[in-house]
Amino acid sequence: MIKLDNVSKIYNEGQPNEAYALRDVTLEIMAGQTTVLKGPSGSGKTTLLTLVGCLSRPTVGRIHLGDEMVSGLPEKFMTEIRRKKFGFVFQRFNLVRGLSVLENVMLPSYPLGPKYSNLRQNALRLLGDVEIADKAQMKVENLSGGEAQRVAIARALINDPDFMIADEPTANLDTRLVGEFLKIVKKLRGQGKSIIMSSHDPRIWQADIVDRVISMEDGRVIADQDVSK
Amino acid sequence: MANLFARQRYLMDFTINSMRRRSGRNLVLFTVYCLIIFILASVMLFGQSIRQEAKALLVNAPEATVQQMVMGRHDLISGDRVAELQSIRGVRHAEGRLWGYYFDPINGANYTIMVPSAENTAHQLQPGQTILGPGVVANRELVRGTHLFLLADYGEIFRLKIKEKLDTESALVSADLVLLSEPDFRKFFRLPDNVYTDIALSIRNEREIATIVGKIGNQIPGSRVVTRDDILRTYATIFSWREGLLLALLGASIVAFVIFAFDKAAGLSGEERREIGILKAIGWDTSDVLAMKFWEGALVSAGAFLLGVLLAYLHVFFFQAGLLEQVLKGWSVIYPDFQLRAQIDLLQIVTLAFFTVVPYTAATIVPIWRTAVTDPDAVMR
Repeated sequence: MIKLDNVSKIYNEGQPNEAYALRDVTLEIMAGQTTVLKGPSGSGKTTLLTLVGCLSRPTVGRIHLGDEMVSGLPEKFMTEIRRKKFGFVFQRFNLVRGLSVLENVMLPSYPLGPKYSNLRQNALRLLGDVEIADKAQMKVENLSGGEAQRVAIARALINDPDFMIADEPTANLDTRLVGEFLKIVKKLRGQGKSIIMSSHDPRIWQADIVDRVISMEDGRVIADQDVSK
Repeated sequence: MANLFARQRYLMDFTINSMRRRSGRNLVLFTVYCLIIFILASVMLFGQSIRQEAKALLVNAPEATVQQMVMGRHDLISGDRVAELQSIRGVRHAEGRLWGYYFDPINGANYTIMVPSAENTAHQLQPGQTILGPGVVANRELVRGTHLFLLADYGEIFRLKIKEKLDTESALVSADLVLLSEPDFRKFFRLPDNVYTDIALSIRNEREIATIVGKIGNQIPGSRVVTRDDILRTYATIFSWREGLLLALLGASIVAFVIFAFDKAAGLSGEERREIGILKAIGWDTSDVLAMKFWEGALVSAGAFLLGVLLAYLHVFFFQAGLLEQVLKGWSVIYPDFQLRAQIDLLQIVTLAFFTVVPYTAATIVPIWRTAVTDPDAVMR
């Protein structure tokens, strides 16, 4: 479980361009569920995801992951938690150009120094799970949007994280690809992964795989619905 | 431990891939770096070798020479002084030497004209014969020639049969040498019989040189004693001065290069910054990013350093430092043409590595560290 306790995030604090991205957010995200953050642009969804995923620290408030308070940890420990517990699918996928599909998927594991044959086998298995194993050697800049997203999902899962965080995962996809994405999410959920997504796409927060929808506006949580039933 | 090695291997693989992706920029950096190392190492290798060369060649030179000074200038010394010096305790042998300079109007070169020592049995000459240094042979285009013609300052032409042409092994001191018999020398310069240019002394115990120099000063007022160590020091000073001057000029290039490297690293492209952000977001630590960039810097600097030193070695010892010889050798109009013996002073190489690799690494790692410590959430926004 991830617990946020009166969390606020201010960018450029004390400067003329100071901006409140989140204000006094208190909420709990349950393990094993698919949670969607919805709201218009600038409502604080992405900022909330970065805080939950240990990509940044709150300006005010605390974040707990299980029993551990992670918001005050030094960077080294934050990185370790991020590496072990979270996998990220970014809005623009953020694959490393010039590398192959397989290399991109293996990239998060490099600092752990696993045996190459195991790492490669694991990466190919994940690419198989998202049905893109046949393009393992292709350079990522030659992939279509849907293919790039599947590579990003495989990369997010390479270190077997508990949570997959996806920021506007369908923003660049057509209806058919949105359906494919939801199928993958369903499969991951079946494997016991927790999924946290931000989206203003009704096809996502109305999907039957979603357990919870948290609505945001101006950096605040304005509604929290359990849609699992 | 196995994971540690595997981690470094993955980081290196990624680094090499990353460098390949930015091959244009890295190639420019590598080439500039390599060129600087090449010039610096060439100067250092050449300077070191030439000092060693001079030392080796002067091993058989007399321990000291005595010159007569008149009005602060070197003048001819009376032959009577030879016996006088020979009688000083500790002096094994004293011998009058005849040498002088000749300006060759044909090609504007200066030659050293000398009578070989009586102890130098291999190079004894009969009147009408000469032995020539390689510089003179080359200058007068006498490779196949049999005679040397010299014009004395009173208008007489001397026709000398070439007995031998000295090899280039000893050209540092013999390039401009013309050896004549004693009668020819005296006739050419119109010298009286009982005078010499200076007197060469061989001394039994080298540790007594200073004492003997003191005795000579008392016994022959107005004399000056030049020891072999003085000559060596002069050679070392001349070449160190040239080397130092060049290195000082190159110091500016090194500073410019470090600024260039810093600028390159500080001005990380948007693509590189984004890539660092992605790596951090997907679980790379700041230390992983720094290690990756460290490998990049190490590959560029170590590669450029090794290649630069290797090219300098080839340049100095196989191509006779063709690009630098005019600056470093100097030596009047005739440049000594000789084969430098390959020798490397490891301390010099380590010093060169320290003063180039370390500043480069520091200049590149600081701006990268500044980028690497920023929060990775930038890639989400």
